[in-house]
Amino acid sequence: MENFFQVKSYGKKAGKERAEENTDLQPWVEKYRPKTIDDVSAQEHIVAVLSKTLSSKNLPHMLFYGPPGTGKTSTILALARQLFGPDNFRNRVLELNASDERGISIVREKIKNFARQTPRAEVGVSSDGRTYPCPPYKIIILDEADSMTQDAQAALRRIMENHARITRFCLVCNYVTRIIEPLASRCSKFRFKPLDPAATTARLQHIATAEKVAAPPPVISALISASSGDLRRAITYLQSIARLHSASSTETEIVPEDVQEIAGVVPDEVVKGFARSLGVDVQSDDEDIEMDGDSERPRGFDAIRRKVRDFMLEGFSASQIISQLHDLIVLHPTLTARQKAKCALAMAEADKALCDGADEELWILEVAVRVHRAVLA
Amino acid sequence: MDNLVIQYRPRKLDELHYHHGLSERLKSLASSGDFPHMLFYGPSGAGKKTRIACTLRELFGPGVEKLKIDQRVFMTPSRRKLDVNVVQSNYHIELTPSEVGNYDRVVIQEILKEIAQTQQVDISARHRFKVVIINEADSLTRDAQAALRRTMEKYTTNMRLILCANSTSRLIAPIRSRCLLVRVPAPSMEDVVGVLEYVAGRACRGNSPDHAACTVVAKEAAGNVRKAILALEALRMQNPLFSEPITVAKPDWETYCQRVGDMIVQEQSPARVMEVRAKYYELLSHCIPPTVIIKTVADRVVDKVDENLKADVMHWAAIYENRMRVGNKKIFHLEAWTVKVMSIVKHFFYDIDLTGFDDYP
Repeated sequence: MENFFQVKSYGKKAGKERAEENTDLQPWVEKYRPKTIDDVSAQEHIVAVLSKTLSSKNLPHMLFYGPPGTGKTSTILALARQLFGPDNFRNRVLELNASDERGISIVREKIKNFARQTPRAEVGVSSDGRTYPCPPYKIIILDEADSMTQDAQAALRRIMENHARITRFCLVCNYVTRIIEPLASRCSKFRFKPLDPAATTARLQHIATAEKVAAPPPVISALISASSGDLRRAITYLQSIARLHSASSTETEIVPEDVQEIAGVVPDEVVKGFARSLGVDVQSDDEDIEMDGDSERPRGFDAIRRKVRDFMLEGFSASQIISQLHDLIVLHPTLTARQKAKCALAMAEADKALCDGADEELWILEVAVRVHRAVLA
Repeated sequence: MDNLVIQYRPRKLDELHYHHGLSERLKSLASSGDFPHMLFYGPSGAGKKTRIACTLRELFGPGVEKLKIDQRVFMTPSRRKLDVNVVQSNYHIELTPSEVGNYDRVVIQEILKEIAQTQQVDISARHRFKVVIINEADSLTRDAQAALRRTMEKYTTNMRLILCANSTSRLIAPIRSRCLLVRVPAPSMEDVVGVLEYVAGRACRGNSPDHAACTVVAKEAAGNVRKAILALEALRMQNPLFSEPITVAKPDWETYCQRVGDMIVQEQSPARVMEVRAKYYELLSHCIPPTVIIKTVADRVVDKVDENLKADVMHWAAIYENRMRVGNKKIFHLEAWTVKVMSIVKHFFYDIDLTGFDDYP
């Protein structure tokens, strides 16, 4: 008996510890999710519209769309939290995403049942001592709605209208074209634009200082360029770097190269070397040294093939190489428009093939050979 | 007796022979208590799985080596039963969802939900979470990958994912951005030689191969350590004293593919196509993946034909390989490519003047 209690008390303690541990182990993306909609970075227009709904107690059905990591899910979660407060959040909000089963049967049962319930009127002071507007409707958040099947979306139509009095829907998706027209026309649309570097920098710096990570400006700008406007990705990278650095025994500064390694970006020098072996003139920092080696470099198909093979052994991802090579060539100062167009065409075809799951080595070789030809022509 | 690959597989991060910087990082990550989702990627035979196993051992101690193999049954929404082989210990579970093809989403959802909702009961365990290892993550369907997205964020307390893939191209961006990417490049030549010498020194006491022999084997393996060690073992059987000359036996299918390549270059006629077709069938029925066939044959053809044709041969290989993936019947595309290459070669013959013809192979 005694033994039993001991175990129990241990369990309790462990539970407490775990709760503390949790905040440490939480991904920073979750930890620094905006708590109120005013905290949402760089979407002033949407924030302005939504903060009006906070006071007016009326909310339309909503469709949020935009590239990943721009704060769509964060906005609706923050809004719901501000509307209902922590006590009512659970029974007023239903969040479904692509990791839940969302076939037509779920739409018919789970969503319909939730939409049907009339919410209880809850006015008064919440447990955290504040009052929330708590308007008389519930919110159903369908995250990643573009991965719902057409049938499931069609089944939603009538449900949305029938229960419009007591339930609001919020669809969140990346591609608005994947939402069927009748559903889109029932919602007011909000487009989330990619974050501008200034807003991203501010947010990253805020997190870095809060987590006591030394992140100098070059690192921040490397993060931004590696994540291309996706704040979530930038934050995840920042956390990974902080982890690696706090874990390693030796005290070192974070450098931009670390960011590239973690983000899976191919180092600039490697890409430049590759481009150079394809016959593209690349300005390099140590130009005079490169010029000497230029004449000895072997050309022709076999040289390219060897280079590609080395590349594959290094384990870089093909799509990453192609996109970086693309940036290099399209922004190249001396190539003609026609040459660039030919290169871009080759890369576009390769990208499609890679999406279909084609072999990487063959397609990189294909791109390499075609770029080589286009440049020499 | 196990083969040398398994017998001398490193068990701890300290025992790994190359990429010491990476091992150091993994070690410090594992000991810090704060362990992210990870994605290991790199070419095959570079040591991804070995590194994963070592990291697990570093995380949980020797308990992870007590494995049991289970066959789990999953039910699809359409009431079809799926059997999946699962390797698990008390601390981790390893599965290859792509083996059930299109239904991998069901497997992922079920397994992850199950792991995520059960707490670690063993109080002496070093970590509260279990680790789920997903092999061949790059062949997961889009659906399955989408199913991973939110789960990865939601259930971080009870579960960590380790994905293992050959390349990140086929993984959707949201997954990539949620993982710590760990690139495992193929080892350099010297590294492979080092590993071979280590294994050989342990395995064949007395008459172990010298440095030159190891170099020959390493060169043949082209950065694939598994292949190198297997070649070494084969060599030991044939030539126990490692006397000169060292010849590394190529796998049967490789020589077979090369012969097909030679046949294509030698003669271009309908009769030859039929012969090649028979060979393709033979290869396919021995479970050689069609992509490997087309690549090996193309490599051989490219070595033999004129410089001007090389790019075209590879171009069509790329095109037909892609069609093969999208399409259904592999043999059609292999044949189509063969005919295409033959026609290119033939055209090339007639379009040029025949002066340099004699020294053509």
